[in-house]
Formats: sequence, structure tokens, C-alpha cells
Amino acid sequence: MRIRLSAETVHGDFVKQVEDISGQNLLACNQCGKCSSGCPVAFALDLLPNQIIRMTQLGLEDVLQAQTIWTCASCLTCVSRCPKNVDLPRVMEALRQIAMERGATPMYAAELRPDLVANAPQMAIIGGFRKFTA
Amino acid sequence: MINRALVIGAGIAGIQASLDIANSGYQVALVERQPSIGGHMAQLSETFPTLDCSQCIMTPRTVEVGHHENIKLYTYSQVAEVSGTPGDFTVKIRQKTKYVNWDNCTGCGVCQEKCPWKAPAEFDRGLGVRKAIYTLSPQAVPNKPVVNPDVCVRLQSIAKGEKLKCGACLKFCPTNSIDFQQTESFVEVHVGAIVVATGFDLFPQTRLPEYGGGQIPDVIDALAFERLLSASGPTGGQVKRPSDGKEPREVVFVQCSGSRDPEHGVPYCSKICCMYTAKQAILYKHRVHHGQPYVFYIDIRAGGKGYEEFINRAQQDEGVVYLRGKVSKIYRDGDKVMVWGSDTLSGRKVEIAADLVILSMAAVPAISANGHRVPGLELALDMDGFYQSSDAELAPMESNLPGVFLAGAGIGPKDIPETVAQASGAAAKVLGMFRQALR
Amino acid sequence: MGTPYFPGCTLTTKAKNYDTSGKAVAAALGMPLDELPDWQCCGATFPLATDNTMSLIAPARVLIQAEQTHAKQVTTLCAICYNVLKRTEFSLRKHPEQLERINWFVSTDETTAGQTYTGKVQVTHFLQQLRDDLGWKALSERVTQPLKGLKVAPYYGCLLLRPPAEIGLDDPDQPTIMADLLTALGAEPVDFPFKGECCGSYLAVNKPDVPAALSGTIVESAAKHGAQAIVTACPLCQYNLDVKGRLPILYFTQLLAKALELGEEISNFESQMSKVAV
Repeated sequence: MRIRLSAETVHGDFVKQVEDISGQNLLACNQCGKCSSGCPVAFALDLLPNQIIRMTQLGLEDVLQAQTIWTCASCLTCVSRCPKNVDLPRVMEALRQIAMERGATPMYAAELRPDLVANAPQMAIIGGFRKFTA
Repeated sequence: MINRALVIGAGIAGIQASLDIANSGYQVALVERQPSIGGHMAQLSETFPTLDCSQCIMTPRTVEVGHHENIKLYTYSQVAEVSGTPGDFTVKIRQKTKYVNWDNCTGCGVCQEKCPWKAPAEFDRGLGVRKAIYTLSPQAVPNKPVVNPDVCVRLQSIAKGEKLKCGACLKFCPTNSIDFQQTESFVEVHVGAIVVATGFDLFPQTRLPEYGGGQIPDVIDALAFERLLSASGPTGGQVKRPSDGKEPREVVFVQCSGSRDPEHGVPYCSKICCMYTAKQAILYKHRVHHGQPYVFYIDIRAGGKGYEEFINRAQQDEGVVYLRGKVSKIYRDGDKVMVWGSDTLSGRKVEIAADLVILSMAAVPAISANGHRVPGLELALDMDGFYQSSDAELAPMESNLPGVFLAGAGIGPKDIPETVAQASGAAAKVLGMFRQALR
Repeated sequence: MGTPYFPGCTLTTKAKNYDTSGKAVAAALGMPLDELPDWQCCGATFPLATDNTMSLIAPARVLIQAEQTHAKQVTTLCAICYNVLKRTEFSLRKHPEQLERINWFVSTDETTAGQTYTGKVQVTHFLQQLRDDLGWKALSERVTQPLKGLKVAPYYGCLLLRPPAEIGLDDPDQPTIMADLLTALGAEPVDFPFKGECCGSYLAVNKPDVPAALSGTIVESAAKHGAQAIVTACPLCQYNLDVKGRLPILYFTQLLAKALELGEEISNFESQMSKVAV
């Protein structure tokens, strides 16, 4: 399948929305890969952090289908190391919010394992719900 | 117009400029802060892209400088003050205390043999040792030693007013050239033009804590690895890692360590690292046939003549594995050094248990270069601390000060061909000035 | 004279021993923690969207409540609370118009009418107070039972250190504050390369495999470097790192309580150390 790039995609509404919600200039990222090199959950991701940024830069909206944006733990290692100070956690948050706005439901209270909910400190439940529900 | 030039810095730029001017019949005062000349090129094993032996191609020039009737060499010296006007500068040169009478000294080397006090050798980036009385290297020009007060026990006992200690060099010197009473001296020279060729240094590892902050012995910078590769280096050219002397099998080169990093390092590209890393990887492979070199990079910059072909050689012919992804973390794990990088091209985060890691540390202006802090020589600097040319495109050799010219890595990181070209360019400017005055 | 203190929801319930030991230690050191009279959850995560004014109401209220005490600082023990409150303070300082809106909104609530945050109160962490207000030397002089021979690996996790520009507690890549504390207590800090790596955080609730893998690596690394226990400042890290009892995971206040001889009921030291799977 060919991907057609145009001004409408690379500077279109999707890119603008992500930049607006995250407050980041996506094109500052030169894809050096340092974020991916240090990401602790990289082993559990389908797309690496730098690839998420890359797809978003190009306006490829299927980035919203990636598991990565829901597995990000907001550890902030990427932004601490990024040579261009691109705030990836904020970009991930923007993508999550847009995905949820479009109907994604990554976390259902009823589907959570009861033992995890019972045992985990409530800060995990509060934090998790604030990240993964609209 | 005084037909003499001052050249500050005796790396390859200063050496080239001095020879061009001197060979045209004019006098040169060449000032160098180190005890001997040659700068960083003298530390290299081989040069890219030809893989010529650095010492072999440099020695004819350093020897020529040492013997040239038109060049007066002031090593272990610094420019203290400049006054006057273009065509008629008065330069005060501070000659640091050598504690050795160089007029007498024959360079026999007995003092260095007999001296019992050792220190990490700066020339070997701390990987080898030198004595309290030392020359930078066996091929030093001039091949005469200086005494380092930080290490010399005799000088320290004099300073504390205690009973005099050691004095081995004094005892064994056949020409009676050791002089612990010597003090620094000043010399005044009159010159018509000045060439500033103070070169570069490397960004310190302490500024990169995520790469170990300089605390991991087997994480070294590229100049240190160059010394390991060098036949005149601390291991005689055998690749042995600093921690245990073992031959490293898995060797990781980390490019852009500090460069291209406006947030934590320097914003610019240091220009030479892609090429010297390929060179070092090739040289390593030649010495350790079963070794595996890896290079983590962001982009490969190989614009010079024969450069792209050189990179291809490293990749295709020498089996160097190139991984596109900046390294995020380096730490010790037992006797291995773990490197966390990625390969963005295949979309994988990767980890290598390395035996040795070489960092391409960013090139920065030589900190103690006195060009811009010398009274009377207030050279304009750019935002990164390099000398600012009066016009970046059309007058790269000209500084903001009339009669003062620039050459080499002090303006910005560059390779040897460009450095030599600039040195000759600056020399041409000087000769032009001298010629003009004849009209 | 005590310091206003924000415990947060977890320290009041599931991690009560952290709160108890913290308060006891602080009192014993003459720098008591005065729990804020009225507080609510800080939100447990710093909202990262640019339009986050609404989501900052909760932590901003904590700052407003703290400012009513007229003290210069409000201190925390829980690393997430510290991070959220500190970043909120930073955001409100940087965006005065956001602060104005929040102050206005909070004033419309009759229970907090007239209360505002003007930036006078700063958020600190108790570790910071130990280092900067008391000092390690003074602390070591108060220790009556030095933890001699106890090898403990300091584990910082993410939120005590990052983002460095806003948190500023210690060097993000080579922190030493916990190691310095352990030394002051007579213990032997064990440095290990995973001290600042993520434990998996809130993924414990919906993707438990991820924290299990991350925490397993962290604990194994600490054990490999000779640690007999790991010390932390975050209840979620404590929960995640407690991987089948591989190593005891203690709060730093428990070690302090032990070293100051405040009793097993306060420190829970013995019971925690004995839970180790051999």
C-alpha cells in the first residue's frame, strides 16, 4: 500500500492537533533514536518511541493504532536525554487523548483483574485511570 | 612593517603556516604551550582517508621546524600580551619554568630513565605513564624535557622549605642541565603579523553522566583509543583494554557523544568523528581479526575527497556493523560494559555487552588557548567559543583584528586537509601583508 | 516548629507505615511533620496536555491549602506526590494566567473562599530537608544504632529525579542523596546501574507483565551488586519491586527509624527484612 504524503498530511489538522495538545514542535526531532535507546518498556512496544514521533511528523494517523502509546509509563527518561528537548511524554499524552476522543477505550474498570485492583496502591489506580480513560 | 610573523600554536596548522612563511624568506616566532610541537596530529596512529602513519608524514615537518633558520621556536610558552599596530606588534611571550637548561640539554633521556616519580601521561590521555621530568613522546621536537612541579618531589620539598628530597635527575644528568632554581622568563618579540592556530580539545566525559561520566575505565575517548592503536603508544600498538589489559572482542564506537546536542552538550556537529571512527574501526579490525566493531551513529558525514568510499570500505570490506541510533546509557556489568542503543532502521532497541567502548567526544575550542584572553588580542568568538572569522564564507582566515589571521580547528572542528589548507591560506595573507609593505 | 506535610492518599492507607515512620523520625529529629489540616488527592500523575488547567485543580488546591499555613515549604514523602506538586508549582509560576484562573475557580468554592496560591510556599521532599536543613553530619550524630554491615541499594525510580529542570532534587543520572543518607545512618550504600530505571508504575493495574519484567531486572541487578535490601521513597515502586520477596524493599524512613532506635512498631524493619525468600 502506497502512502501518499502531501501538504494536507504533513501540515494538516492531525499534526496541528498533536502539536497543539503537546505544545511541541515535532519537526525538532531529527530521529536520532536516543529516546528509543533508553526507553525501559521498549521490549513491550510494537513501535519504538522515535517511530511514533516519525509517524506523527508525517501525519500518518494510524499511529493512533499503536500499542506503544498505551504502554508508555511516563518515566520521562526520553525527554531527559533528548538532545532537542522534544517532550515525548507530552506527545504520547496528546496521541492518547486524540485516540480516546475518537472512541478508543484502552482501559475498562470492569475488565481489570480484581486482585490487582485490590492490592495495588491507589496511586496506581488513580494515575492509570487519569492516563487511560477520557 | 616588521617582516616577522608570530604563530600561536604548533599543531599541524601552526607548523604549516610557519613553514610557508619561513620558506618564503621571512622570520617566524612560533609559540606553543606544550613542551613540544605537533598538537593532536602527533597523537594519531594513522590518518584518514589514506591510513598514512601520522608520525611518518608529520616528522619531516616537525624536524624542519626544529631546524629552520627562519623559525624561532618557543615551546612551553604562552603569549602574555600584544600591543602595537598591524605591521608593528610588540609581543610579550611568557616562557614557563622548565627547570631544565635547554641550551645545555642534549636530549639524552637519562633523567627520565632515572626519575622514580610517575604520573598519568597526558599525551596518552592518561592511559600510559610519564615521569615527573618528561618529554611528551619519544619523538618530541624539541626532544628536551621539562619538570612538572605537581609530581616532582624535589620541587615540592623546596616549596615547603623542607629537607631536599630526590634529585635523581640532577645527579645523573651528564651535562648538568637540571636547574631547580630556574624561574619563568619573558621575551619580547616584534612582529608584523600574527597567525592564531590554537586548535581544539575534547569535551570532557564528566559532562556525560549517562555514559559513565568518565568513571568507567573501559569507556575511553577516541584520542585515547588512538594511543592504544599507535605503535609508539602505551601498549605498543596492541589493542588492550585499560581495565585488565585483555584484548577486547566486542568493541562499540559511540558517535555524537556531546555533539549535536543543544540540550546537554554542544549544538554543532564535530565534523571529523564519522571519519575517524571508521578509521579506528578498520584499524582495530586489522589488529584483532576476530573482533567485532559496532558503530552507533545518527548520520554519516563523509563529504571529503575519498571519504564516502572510505566509509563503504569500513562497512562492506571490514565488517564493521553500523547501527543507526544514538546511545542512551552506558554502564558497567561485571567485566563488561553494557551499551544501550537502538537501530531505528529496523525499529529495535539493542544492547551490546562490550569489552571496550570508544566515545567520539565533541571537539571544543582548546580551553587554555590564550588567543582570546591575551590583553591586546581580543579576538571575537562565536557562540560556541570558537574564533569568529570576519566573514564566514569569504574571509575565513581573517579575524576581527587587522593583521591577525586564523587557521585550523580553533575556528571550528575540521580535518587535516582543511587545516593545512587554512594554514597555507593564513600564511598567504601574512606574506601578502609583507609584500604590500615593499611597494 | 514543624513543616507542613502532605501525605497523599496512599500513605494514609496502603502505605501507612511510610507515613508513621516518617512522622516519628521527623519528630525525633526535631523537625516534625505537621499534616495539612485539610487536603485531598494530588492527582497521582502530572497532566501533560498543554490545556491542563482543569486537571491541575487538585494539586493546586494542595498548594493553596499549604499556603494558608504561612510556611515557606510544604514537604512530602511519596515520590509521586512530590513530583506532581513540584511540577504544578513550576507550571503555575511559569503561567501566571493559569494561576489566576485556578485561584479564581477555587475562590468560587465556599470552603476555600479567599484562599489563593501566590507562590510563597515551595514544595520540598523530606530527603531534601534532611540534606539541606539538617545536614548529613548532624544526622549521623543523632544515630544511636548505626546500620553497620547493612548493604542497601538506593532506588530512586523516575519521579524523584525527572524532569531534571523542574524537579532539581539531585543529578538525574548520578544521584547521591539516598546513598549519602545511608552513609549517614552507618549503612553501606550499594550502587547499581538500575537505580533510576522505571519500575513500571501504574501499568501494575492493567499491564502487570511490564512492571514484573522491569522490576525483576532492577531487583536482580541490585542483588547481583551485593544488596541485602533496596530502599525507596515511593509506595508504587515498593509495591512493584516486591517481586515474590526476592529482596526486602524498605522506605528510607524505616531505616531512619531503625537507626534512631524508635522501635520495631515504628520501623517494621525486622518484619520486612525477614520476609526475604531465600
